[in-house]
Amino acid sequence: MPSTEAYLMLSGTLFAVGLVGVIIRRNMITVLMAIELMLNAVNVNLVAFSYHLSSLDGQVFAIFVITVAAGEAAVGLAIIIQLYRLRSTINVDERNELNG
Amino acid sequence: MTPALLVFFVIGTIAVASSILVIGMRNPVHSALFLLLTFLCVAILFVMKSAEFVAAVQVLVYAGGIMVLFLFVVMLINVRHLPDEKVLSRFAKGGFVVGAAVFILFATVIRPGVYHDPVNNEQALRTTYRYVRRRSDHKLLRRGTVVGNSEAVGMALYREYLVPFEVASVFLLVAMVGAIVIGKRELSALEEETAPQYMIDRVETEKEIKEAMSA
Repeated sequence: MPSTEAYLMLSGTLFAVGLVGVIIRRNMITVLMAIELMLNAVNVNLVAFSYHLSSLDGQVFAIFVITVAAGEAAVGLAIIIQLYRLRSTINVDERNELNG
Repeated sequence: MTPALLVFFVIGTIAVASSILVIGMRNPVHSALFLLLTFLCVAILFVMKSAEFVAAVQVLVYAGGIMVLFLFVVMLINVRHLPDEKVLSRFAKGGFVVGAAVFILFATVIRPGVYHDPVNNEQALRTTYRYVRRRSDHKLLRRGTVVGNSEAVGMALYREYLVPFEVASVFLLVAMVGAIVIGKRELSALEEETAPQYMIDRVETEKEIKEAMSA
């Protein structure tokens, strides 16, 4: 059985990849996908510790994280659609109207 | 190398590789499909840690719901990607530096043997022994009753975590109403395409507002 450390390393790798994706990509949809990737990495962590500590709490927290991810994806994609209707672009670095 | 370890390395490698492809693909549809592959691999890893219910929820909600939502939005927006269009933002170098720093941070914190050996009590994830203290439950569940993982998680959700569970349902309601209100279109797509006057009017209105603000 793979150790808890192996799961934590995998989770950390996924989280770092998601973080890089959030920062470097211009396409807003891909940025949202990278955020989902980071949330999923956290779930891997929670489940690994749930097994490590023989406690169900980690799995319950993972389910709550999945719930929050679903709501966040729905609202984020609605915002992206509305932004595209108004400005005809979904590139992150072209949206700087809030700069003071 | 035990079979479980072999499965972990193969599935973990696929998960990491496809997650890198998620942020590397030019086309958002390809990114979404690789994200789907990552989610499925992570679900397999959940099963290996005897979290079968979380794995099922992962497949249903992530692979079934969120992925369809992403693909819907990609189809709705229908952005044409020119081959010479820039993919990376101007923060790309900083992003790689930050990602490498975070990865090194994790790698230094998580050394092998940091956490002592697991207590190896897999039964605990399937038992409801925590929830039999109430008198009324004696007939239903005895102390240490071994049930399935789904039943144990359900017991935890509806007893210990009842209030967070209800808060989560309210959160989902708010998210649904918010998504509907935000995504509500003011004009139909056909009107918007055939009436460029709409955009002109909007720009003029913004100009008037700016003038009124500055005056």
